[in-house]
Amino acid sequence: MVMFWVALLAISILIYLLLDGFDLGVGMLFGLAKNEKDRNEMLHTVAPVWDGNETWLVVAGVILWGAFPAAYSILLSAFYIPVIVMLLGLILRGVAFEFRNKTLASRWVWDLSFSGGSFAASFMQGVMVGGLVEGLQFTNGEYSGGALGWLSGFSVLCGIGLCLGYALLGACWLVRKSEGSVRATARRQIPILAIAVLVFLVVVFAHALIENLPILQRWTERPYLFVFPAIGAGAALVLATSILRHDDYWPFHMVVTIFVTAFGTLALSFWPYMIPSVITIEEAAAPHSSLAFMFWGEGLFVFPLMLLYIVIGYRVFRGKVGPMTDHY
Amino acid sequence: MDVTALLLSRLQFAFTISFHIIFPSFTIGLAAWLTVLEAMHMRTGKQVYRTLFEFWLKIFGVAFGMGVVSGVVMGFQFGTNWSVLAKMSGPIQGPLLSYETFTAFMLEASFFGILIFGRNRVPPWFYLFSTAMVALGTTLSAFWIMVNNSWMQAPVGYVMEKGQFAPDDWVAILFNRVVWVRFPHMLLASFLTGAFCVAATGAWYLLRRTYYAEARVMLRMGLSLAAVLLPIQLFIGHLVGDYVHDYQPAKFAAIEARWHDEQPASEVLIAIPDPSTESNKYAISIPVLGSIIGSMSLTSKEVGLTTFPPQDRPPVIIPFFTFRIMVGCGLLMLGLAWLGTYLELKHRLERSRLLLWGIFLSFPLPWIAILTGWYTAEVGRQPWTVYGVLRTADAMTPFLTASAALTTLILFVLVYAFIFSFGTYYIYRLLRAGPAGIPTTEPREAAPNRPMSMADQPSVAARSYISAGE
Repeated sequence: MVMFWVALLAISILIYLLLDGFDLGVGMLFGLAKNEKDRNEMLHTVAPVWDGNETWLVVAGVILWGAFPAAYSILLSAFYIPVIVMLLGLILRGVAFEFRNKTLASRWVWDLSFSGGSFAASFMQGVMVGGLVEGLQFTNGEYSGGALGWLSGFSVLCGIGLCLGYALLGACWLVRKSEGSVRATARRQIPILAIAVLVFLVVVFAHALIENLPILQRWTERPYLFVFPAIGAGAALVLATSILRHDDYWPFHMVVTIFVTAFGTLALSFWPYMIPSVITIEEAAAPHSSLAFMFWGEGLFVFPLMLLYIVIGYRVFRGKVGPMTDHY
Repeated sequence: MDVTALLLSRLQFAFTISFHIIFPSFTIGLAAWLTVLEAMHMRTGKQVYRTLFEFWLKIFGVAFGMGVVSGVVMGFQFGTNWSVLAKMSGPIQGPLLSYETFTAFMLEASFFGILIFGRNRVPPWFYLFSTAMVALGTTLSAFWIMVNNSWMQAPVGYVMEKGQFAPDDWVAILFNRVVWVRFPHMLLASFLTGAFCVAATGAWYLLRRTYYAEARVMLRMGLSLAAVLLPIQLFIGHLVGDYVHDYQPAKFAAIEARWHDEQPASEVLIAIPDPSTESNKYAISIPVLGSIIGSMSLTSKEVGLTTFPPQDRPPVIIPFFTFRIMVGCGLLMLGLAWLGTYLELKHRLERSRLLLWGIFLSFPLPWIAILTGWYTAEVGRQPWTVYGVLRTADAMTPFLTASAALTTLILFVLVYAFIFSFGTYYIYRLLRAGPAGIPTTEPREAAPNRPMSMADQPSVAARSYISAGE
């Protein structure tokens, strides 16, 4: 039961990273778009799907709470400010989608809150991952790092890194979904972003070596973990060649693969801890009666339906968004 | 424990949830009304039902979106500010809220998309079915929320295990009496919100002498639904009072401003309760009525607040007044609905401009009733978070500082005020423009592929896929 729910939690987080990742990325690149036509087209590539994507954050959140309440309570309270800034960013981005079409005079306000909200949410997510990897300060199982305990050079670096990663995912999405000037701009952005992400990964790795972060020990203990970065490196090569060939389809899938391997790397280096060296998965798990209640309804029946729904949703809206066509 | 951080956290929760509840309470009723409209159109073929459907669907979209973004926050706030509660009650509240996300998300997300995009892509019966599924989704969402909150009001079906509430009887948690009076109470309140907003919009158009056909349908349907539901709501409200009387005697005494045991008990209609002297000023009360309301008896003894140790007593002034405002709103709505329906049956409603003004201005009443009702329930539950078991002061994140709580409270207020003013302004423009109108005077983009009705708001359409936050 515990394994079932930890797997479902991991799958939900991964789905969230990939799906909301590309639309948050598009949101950040949106701020760089040159004209209204491009901005409109960029919005149209994500408009039908973005809020379904964001809901996976809530799915992951409630699985965490229901199945691993101890971890939920520690993580959300320790990351108090990043969580709330992330939520406010998501709010601003969400209503911007809704409101910018209702006004011309103050459209710039919603454009700003769209890219600003996307950036704030992405950055804070990266900061939280960084803070978790680096390790928060605990005394007798209680968080004792204070309101800004998550803030460090490393966590800020991870925040920037995730923004770059999301932007790369977003640019690949744009290449896949659009044509004309939007695609041309995204094609120019991909190599820059890809190199930046690569540099980021190298810096993180170097930092981990220098600081000898506790998480690194898992790697020396379990050399088979290197399979994941190896797959990621392979995907990076394919990405590079597909960019050179001006392929529209493969870059997105390769960046997705890189994200999956990075996530797998991270998740396996945490194992069996939920919060590194503080609380294990078993310790965080809710009583069996809670897990069983969730399993026999939502886990067994509703979750597969939700996956099916993603497939249907993306099938309905497959293909390119033309410059003047519209989904609606 | 820092008292200020506690107070700020409570304010923050109260603020964000008060803001949030405005939207779902509206959309639950509206979803049901859209289903009825679509069914009526299929049955009668009259254009007016279709026009109204398309019109209210736009408003539904905006309100639904605001409900979603504000609801996402709620799912995380238990952890940020109330980490002790989140850890202790997580085994019970977590699964309940996860069911809400999974079931309501599925239905609303899947079928709202069809509602917006799918008119021309699916057969009419399936479109109606989709509308009904969205309505079911919003209703299920309300159900899980009410189960969750009812468990905090009257915790059942658990054992304490390693410092957590471990569920040992889910049937008791899901099907106890408290859930099944409070859920209908909230559901009817939502239907009444929808009914009054619809009727008020109809009255507004009649007052402005425009959209006669649509206005008459809105007035007739809104008022007659409210006229039927309000007596039922008052009765269910009485049943809710019964559970409070049995499970939460201190809250009941606070609502009644009954400081000392009385036998038979009188009913304080209105007064200014004074906690410092433990008595009421300027009280108007009716003898014996308190026993009748509390126990359906002429002689019963009813407990007073001084029976409870001071640290276990809820505040008196807030529940006392919020309860009376709620009941007052209910009675006012009952009067408007009955009088309006009577005049409508006599075909005199259109000429009674005074009553039309009354109905038009009544649209905030259901919201005031819902908010004050929730304040009665939640403030009256104090000093407990999980009634009788976990104190609010002990439920808070122990290391949360006042400055952090204050910073986020200010951020929430700023951002919510910002989006709320724009959101309500856009809804106002849609309502003002009416069923045929284009809500903005600004030129629309060239978009030949768009179906007519949703053309001006693609983003509302895009909302389709989310829902879970409620």
